[in-house]
Amino acid sequence: MKAFSRLQGLVAPMDRANVDTDLIIPKQFLKSIKRSGFGPNLFDELRYLDEGYPGQDNSQRPINPEFALNQERYQGAQILLARKNFGCGSSREHAPWALDDFGIRCVIAPSFADIFFNNCFKNGLLPVVLPEEVVDQLFQQMYDNVGYSIVVDLEAQKVISPDGSEYSFEVDAFRRRCLLNGLDDIGLTLQHSDDIKQFEQQRRASSPWLFQDL
Amino acid sequence: MRDKNMSAKTLYDKLWDSHFVKERDDGSALIYIDRHVIHEVTSPQAFEGLRLAERDLWRVNSVIATPDHNVPTTSAERSAGVAGIKDDVARIQVQTLDDNCADFGVREFKINDQRQGIVHVIGPESGACLPGMTIVCGDSHTSTNGALGALAHGIGTSEVEHVFASQCLVAKKMKNMLVKVDGELGPGVSPKDVVLAIIGQIGTAGGTGFAIEFGGQVFRDMSMEGRMTVCNMAIEAGARVGMVAVDQTTLDYVKGRPYAPAGDQWDLAEAQWRDLHSDADAHFDAVVEIDGASIEPQVSWGTSPEMVLPVSASVPNPDKENDPVKKEGIERALEYMGLNADQAITDIQLDRVFIGSCTNSRIEDMRAAAAVVKGRKKADNVKEAIVVPGSGLVKAQAEEEGLDKIFIEAGLEWREPGCSMCLAMNADKLGAGEHCASTSNRNFEGRQGYGGRTHLVGPEMAAAAAIAGHFIDVRELMQQ
Repeated sequence: MKAFSRLQGLVAPMDRANVDTDLIIPKQFLKSIKRSGFGPNLFDELRYLDEGYPGQDNSQRPINPEFALNQERYQGAQILLARKNFGCGSSREHAPWALDDFGIRCVIAPSFADIFFNNCFKNGLLPVVLPEEVVDQLFQQMYDNVGYSIVVDLEAQKVISPDGSEYSFEVDAFRRRCLLNGLDDIGLTLQHSDDIKQFEQQRRASSPWLFQDL
Repeated sequence: MRDKNMSAKTLYDKLWDSHFVKERDDGSALIYIDRHVIHEVTSPQAFEGLRLAERDLWRVNSVIATPDHNVPTTSAERSAGVAGIKDDVARIQVQTLDDNCADFGVREFKINDQRQGIVHVIGPESGACLPGMTIVCGDSHTSTNGALGALAHGIGTSEVEHVFASQCLVAKKMKNMLVKVDGELGPGVSPKDVVLAIIGQIGTAGGTGFAIEFGGQVFRDMSMEGRMTVCNMAIEAGARVGMVAVDQTTLDYVKGRPYAPAGDQWDLAEAQWRDLHSDADAHFDAVVEIDGASIEPQVSWGTSPEMVLPVSASVPNPDKENDPVKKEGIERALEYMGLNADQAITDIQLDRVFIGSCTNSRIEDMRAAAAVVKGRKKADNVKEAIVVPGSGLVKAQAEEEGLDKIFIEAGLEWREPGCSMCLAMNADKLGAGEHCASTSNRNFEGRQGYGGRTHLVGPEMAAAAAIAGHFIDVRELMQQ
């Protein structure tokens, strides 16, 4: 997994509440058996004016000029500023894969849906929760300043805006460690194989029906 | 008082404790997973990850597979099996599941096996999913299995790979929420109406970070299939986990299922399962109480499951909303849905009807819908009304009861099992601008097809809508 420590990046808006994973990456693109290549179809129904399908040449499609990520000032954005309950709905990990493939490394919002939040950490993508009033301020600053770029420092657990204001955020210790070091969490878990085997033996003894062949 | 409560546990606490392997130095916990259900969409990258890391499945008999999201539901396309799937990309994905299951020795109910169906239907139906288990699947509606008194939730593909390789998940304990619905439901009010009313009250993020236990008289009186409908939509309230305590209804449902324990093993299991309820004085971090008798048949009008109202209501007016973010949400939803503020829900005209999905495709759902359409005809303005059973076994049972004929005589189509128009990964989808009465679980923009307009309802209400051509209180139809 890619490590994440400190990022200075251009900020782009996703200015609506309850952005669901169907909106992040529509279902027709979930037929892929790969982890990569979803970037051109991130927010497909908002980015393009036609219906997308897998395998098409996206450069030939009509672009929605109203959509922020299509606008010149947000090209190259690495940080997505969003509203509450971002990533609700389906468990599809294709949502963080699409964000990552597009170039987004961090999403800032007042709240996230649980499964999406969890999936981000598995893919080197940092979801940052900041209070709603702080997110409101960041939105305002971003709209007021073309080229608005901020620092997200995972080591220090801080977001730093261009005027020097610092906003602390919480992050679970295990997830922070994995992300800072780009650790493979399956490998970490398998370091406890003996504990897992021991637990499994006890469970097999107390509830043998759980272990029958299907 | 506090001391007394310390030893009292919720159902979720008990399930967590009984699967707790260890806490690591950094405070993260390893939780053991008993059952892992997989399908074609969220598993291929996990199998690929195993191969790349040269890892094997930790315990092959914990995994059960079936293709459901992509499979076609017309008998013409279905008859030739995987090879007959016309969509090349979908066919490769279903074939990849077959290949991966063969390579790793996983039990799979293949496309035309009678036991094939929607993951959350076949798990309980086969007895592969049982009370007291931890159950995961790369699908957010895995919470359905919580109806059994199990700890069940959706996971992402990286976690699918993690469970494949280690039989564990790295987890953080959730908070406990009790949603208590007491009283009795009125006639014509279904479990779907109950869960939609709950989501309407607590919102799509109301359960975020919580495991929800559904308690109270309404759930005690509810069938297992009804409880599955309710737990299925816990995630639509933001909660990964929804569950109902084990009672005699649970035990009667499970007994005799193909993979359920039998003989002495049953007795041992039953003794353990009898304890799967919250202790009388257990502490919940949040409690929501709803009067069951007050719940009416529900219809969603917007683009989020919380945008739901009783059928007797009118579509909201954004001018009456003070919160600017909510106001904008209502305006955007009305525009997408092509509805006017203050329009009566019963004035919404329908183009299509979908009866199916992991929420409402079990035999009781089929019976409920058939009872409404029996002896009636689909309205002409409804272009297509499809009934998609949740599994081959549900289909066979329905046909044995003659339900298929009732649907067909009423002008509805009777299809092969799969997820179908719930998420429209296969050919079953809405056209742009079309309104659909759907028994599925999500009304997000584009969910059922590009530009499609979904209204979430229960099976009785969907059936009534197919007959009337617009929403109608099914209780009125029942009186005619």
